Amino acid sequence: MTVSVTMTVNGKSVSATIDARTLLVQFIRENLQLTGTHVGCDTAQCGACTIHMNGRAVKACSMLAVQAEGASITTIEGLPGRDGKMHPMQEAFRDCHGLQCGFCTTGMVMAACQLVADNPKPSEAEIRAGLDGNICRCTGYHNIVRAVAQAAAQM
Amino acid sequence: MTDMSMSPIGKPLLRREDQRFLTGAGQYTDDISLAGQTAGVFLRSPHAHARIRSIKLDRAREAPGVVAIFTGADLAEAKVGGLPCGWLINNKDGTPMKEPPHPALAQGKVRYVGDQVALVVAENAWQARDACELIEVDYEVLPAVADTATAAGAASLVHDDVPGNVCYDWGHGDKAAVDAAFGGAAHITKLSFVNNRLVPNAMEPRAAIASYTKHDDSYTLHVANQNPHVERLLMCAFVLGLPESKVRVIAPDVGGGFGSKIFLYAEDVALVWASKRVGRPIKWTAERSESFLSDAHGRDHVTTAEMAMDKDGNFLALKVATTANMGAYLSTFASCVPTILYATLLSGQYKTPAVYAEVKAVFTNTAPVDAYRGAGRPEATYLVERIVEQCAREMKLDPAEIRRRNFIKTFPYATPVGLTYDVGDYDATLTKAIKLADVAGFAARKAASAAKGKKRGLGYSCYIEACGIAPSNVAGALGARAGLFEAGEIRVHPTGTVTVFTGSHSHGQGHETTFAQVVAAKLGIPVENVEIVHGDTGRILFGMGTYGSRSLAVGGTAIVKAVDKVIAKGKKIAAHLLEASDTDIVFENGEFKVAGTDKKVPWGSVTLTAYVPHNYPLDKLEPGLNENAFYDPANFTFPAGSYVCEVEVDPRTGQVEICSFTAVDDFGNIVNPMIVEGQVHGGIAQGIGQALLENCVYDKQTGQLLSGSYMDYAMPRADDLPSFKVDTCATPCSHNPLGVKGCGEAGAIGAPPALINAITDALGVRDLPMPATPETVWRVAQGA
Repeated sequence: MTVSVTMTVNGKSVSATIDARTLLVQFIRENLQLTGTHVGCDTAQCGACTIHMNGRAVKACSMLAVQAEGASITTIEGLPGRDGKMHPMQEAFRDCHGLQCGFCTTGMVMAACQLVADNPKPSEAEIRAGLDGNICRCTGYHNIVRAVAQAAAQM
Repeated sequence: MTDMSMSPIGKPLLRREDQRFLTGAGQYTDDISLAGQTAGVFLRSPHAHARIRSIKLDRAREAPGVVAIFTGADLAEAKVGGLPCGWLINNKDGTPMKEPPHPALAQGKVRYVGDQVALVVAENAWQARDACELIEVDYEVLPAVADTATAAGAASLVHDDVPGNVCYDWGHGDKAAVDAAFGGAAHITKLSFVNNRLVPNAMEPRAAIASYTKHDDSYTLHVANQNPHVERLLMCAFVLGLPESKVRVIAPDVGGGFGSKIFLYAEDVALVWASKRVGRPIKWTAERSESFLSDAHGRDHVTTAEMAMDKDGNFLALKVATTANMGAYLSTFASCVPTILYATLLSGQYKTPAVYAEVKAVFTNTAPVDAYRGAGRPEATYLVERIVEQCAREMKLDPAEIRRRNFIKTFPYATPVGLTYDVGDYDATLTKAIKLADVAGFAARKAASAAKGKKRGLGYSCYIEACGIAPSNVAGALGARAGLFEAGEIRVHPTGTVTVFTGSHSHGQGHETTFAQVVAAKLGIPVENVEIVHGDTGRILFGMGTYGSRSLAVGGTAIVKAVDKVIAKGKKIAAHLLEASDTDIVFENGEFKVAGTDKKVPWGSVTLTAYVPHNYPLDKLEPGLNENAFYDPANFTFPAGSYVCEVEVDPRTGQVEICSFTAVDDFGNIVNPMIVEGQVHGGIAQGIGQALLENCVYDKQTGQLLSGSYMDYAMPRADDLPSFKVDTCATPCSHNPLGVKGCGEAGAIGAPPALINAITDALGVRDLPMPATPETVWRVAQGA
């Protein structure tokens, strides 16, 4: 069964006719070719697919594209400002060596933005608890936690 | 001499690869789409052990979008070979190990849950998955062998021609010397334990795109892999019988490996073979549940160890018996992990005069087991550091003191298990770690914990590991079926910028930054002028890839040797330009100079002259400036360190809090300390994961995987871990020009025994299985 969807992604209106079972993350990756959003698991546990929908961080692997009908979506590609400069959270991840293989990074950055939006001055424990929905296998989180703290101070 | 203050060596330069990763511009295999691409999905066995009576494909073949379906029968008919094992281990009696066939798609029998039964190719992945549902396989279910400890001699045989399920029964060391030492011992400490089975879980699932070009009969494989040249060599020479010149393997951005992407996998082979039959590219990307079922797992040892001591706690001999699970088939390097990479490390940092180990490798109806971060060394370190701590307790000695008493203090040192440590200073790392961990304040902290009903414990781990496995001829004599060198090429461009082609592969390690620092330092040019290329057999001359913490020590040295050749040729060009003898030319800070004079010519003039050879000795020197080098190390490198872990245990709940984790490592010289610290953090996290959280569990009766998702297999998350205290000491490696040793696996090797020693110290108990989950800790604390 096919359905048509329309949503705004990174400020641009997009429409497509898709198989009804298309997940939002598949729509973003395959239909829109925005491959910065990754799929690391199939149980909504790892958070590699985290995007912003209507200003909230969500896992794009655990919802259908049709559920995002009319929504405003931001992916990692849409996070830098109009001047092309990286978001302070992206800069902080680079400054603090908060990434290694890069696969979880885009979802981690999107989740971290939400964390700081909710709690502008998080403690280390609050940062760790706030990142509970995102798995990184490379960094041991030490430098991710530093990066989020640094970005929070700048945002 | 290069002016070291200007040199980028030793500086924490930010990583150049981060720009693409942070903006979503990385290109992992699944991000790549080729024109006309189809989707491949593997039908996998739901049974651990079954005979395939028949496979009916009719309904599946008629399903919408299906392009082709292949089974083991197709591969057999095409005479596609089985997957090879890269290391021959001989039994104690000199006979070779058992190497049963490992078909890319099952033939006759399935041997583990997840074993590949069919490859379905369709227009898209849904259609392929839908078609998989329509394949009717008639299985005759057989009894499963799924328990490491009892697999040898089990009634059911994983392979009909492997009696008793024993792959090999191997011994290493001087048994007679060990028996004699035990006879004269004042005290013997004995421990038995399991090194728990782990799933590597790189965050990027395995993925591959195979494509075939008809006009030149060639193949291209994009694959999430750590060593594309090895993948190509094994696939061409042993499985598909193709000339390497017709196969290009590209490992683009790879989202973590930890060993699991070293190996030649069945999926890669089936996809490449099928791509010619289909005539269109086939993309396959594993779902996470598939990764759990089919990625090579790690560890899975059952061990008994005994240490003989004199009355003062001096180690006299170590005796070890281990059963190691190989899984259902021998993966690429499976056989060497619990032997060559394990028993040779059983001396640890200690001058134990005699060591003997027996290792029995068994087949079971579980996924293949192979190298995972540390590969044999974590298992050896866990054994040595757990029993050393227990020795201290039984001898009423401080655990740091018994270690110091037995430390190797003079180098080079030949161990009784076949290695020669070139340099080290184990006292220095331990002393520094004790200070950094504030061990002096532990008693007061323990009392404070006790006052609130908690139990505080301190655990040590003084690990050693062997990196950059080498040299090739020695490894060959020990059964290696591959070379262990590395290759590098320096292409100097006319304007003086440089492209470096390396056989090492980065999947998170930051080679594009570290290697550029090395080359820029050697040539005295800006780091920005050096580009690093890796991961493509079509662009790089050769390579053995990245595993065993070898990249800088082996791959970096190959690059340095190629740079040296560039400089040597540059001197000849400069000598011509300066009208001097090339033996009088020195190269310093990016300038060629006539020694003892002010005559000089800059790097850029020499490079331009090499490509615009007007004023040039064409009669005796070729134009151009492009050199390559192969480097085969003279010895392993031996990173070592001391880890101190402090925990607080709540005996009412079994909850363990890691109050502090301190790591002091000796990696020799360090090129980029920021990257090295990151490697240590990540390794420690995986080590803590093994000790506290992670456990790959198969049902012992049915062989079903019980921990097949992130809801069943506990990955370390941010709130499971503390921030780490890390520092380094340096005794530079004596046999490579950079003096480097390797840092990628240290944390995963050193951390688990530090954790378990700390928890057993807190509880005052001898035994504690990994992972030390709250339930396990609570049961042990209650004596239940």
